Amino acid sequence: MSKRVGIEVSIAISEAVGLAKAEVIPAYPITPQTHIVEHLSEMVANGELDAEFVPVESEHAAMSCCCGAVAAGARVFSSTSSQGLSLMSEILYIPSTMRLPMVVVVANRALSAPISIWNDHQDIMIQRDIGWIQTFAENGQEAVDLTLHAFRVSEDRNVSLPMMVNIDGFTLSHVIEPIELPDQEEVDKYLPPFKPRYKMDPRRPISMGPVGIPEVYTEAKVAHDMAMKKAKRYILKAWNEFAEIFGRKYDPVASYRTEDAEVLLVTMGSISETAMTAVDTMRDAGQKVGLLKIRLWRPFPGQEFRKAVGKTKVLAVIDRCLPPGALCGPVGAELRSLFYKIPGSPKIFSFVAGLGGRDVTVERFEEIVDKARAYAKKRPRELYEVIGVREK
Amino acid sequence: MANSDAIVGWKTITFGCHILEPGNAANFRTGDWRSQRPVVDKEKCIKCGMCWVFCPDMAYSQDEDGYFVVNLEYCKGCGICAHECPKDAITMVPEEG
Repeated sequence: MSKRVGIEVSIAISEAVGLAKAEVIPAYPITPQTHIVEHLSEMVANGELDAEFVPVESEHAAMSCCCGAVAAGARVFSSTSSQGLSLMSEILYIPSTMRLPMVVVVANRALSAPISIWNDHQDIMIQRDIGWIQTFAENGQEAVDLTLHAFRVSEDRNVSLPMMVNIDGFTLSHVIEPIELPDQEEVDKYLPPFKPRYKMDPRRPISMGPVGIPEVYTEAKVAHDMAMKKAKRYILKAWNEFAEIFGRKYDPVASYRTEDAEVLLVTMGSISETAMTAVDTMRDAGQKVGLLKIRLWRPFPGQEFRKAVGKTKVLAVIDRCLPPGALCGPVGAELRSLFYKIPGSPKIFSFVAGLGGRDVTVERFEEIVDKARAYAKKRPRELYEVIGVREK
Repeated sequence: MANSDAIVGWKTITFGCHILEPGNAANFRTGDWRSQRPVVDKEKCIKCGMCWVFCPDMAYSQDEDGYFVVNLEYCKGCGICAHECPKDAITMVPEEG
């Protein structure tokens, strides 16, 4: 039987990686991800996990090592954050088009400058287009569950793509929560041993990562894009199987009190929990407000999102990322693109909040809803608005 | 490098762009962008095989008389053979046209 324990989310993720029997863990510590790899290193050193822990010299080396280990047929895990994720950047595009499955947990954190170790989504948003499957966890339990789900999906021979699980730095990584850790038998049932489509084997030599001349590069990238689109089916299937074994059901887009809603907040990650409290408060006050939480970011679940919006006419989208000079935050842009010129589509208002560890409170969500209602009547001058920013 | 075998569609390209057939570079004419080619002077050649050893594209092979000859389908004209030849028997000649 699984057991419910009070545990730090980072440690719980490490335990999940242990239950998943990861075989190679190349990692470099960086705040706020450190506890995850620190605990995995302890598990390996104590003989609790039969894996190779590779204390690499940088995140660039970590991701390179991950690629090599998967190519050799190992189940691979790593974790990083912020500047470390950026240092991996050059390599991140490689395992995805090469169809090398692996799982990386990103403890989301702001990017310098100014130096910030605190939480937002700017680190992952610059990696939006790396071609990895990307999910966002709302709480500790979900962080654990999505980690196990990631191994299952990533290694599915119909998918065979690397997968990134995003957890908010500190807000999730350093919080102690009651978390149900599944037992080994259940995890083994959910996660069969890794059988790669191809691996580097001297008995059956192949080459991985050759040059793609102009005559084939486009075809290689389209093959990758098609694999991503096809992956959604298996992502959903793996969530259904997860529900059957572990009893917790996940959807690509989660709805909260959306019935008859006039305004829907749209969030990703841990601020969704505060947003639910805000929705409850506003509902108690007689306001018809609901919430949509995006759990699957890539491939983007457009069909599911449209269905979840239903007949609601106003969306207030919150981005925890401010791309200077852009038309709005990346989630806002994605949704505007999704609904562009679709008859009866909702008005979409884009807000930026919660940068560099600034809390997004219930009051802020109320302010966002009020503004979205006002903008629905009178179009705002700007395409997005930064919430809670001081002028002087 | 044009070879009809390389022109694949996104449905037929190998999984992850892997090369599943070892040594398949031999199927492709990789020397067609050469700007100079090696010419061997058989008077000077002592059949030592240094050109064959050093050629990075394995373009050299030995003929019936023991001389080493270059296959211009694969020679990229790098000139390493000419540089390494202990008898200066190899001259790099510009490709014309």
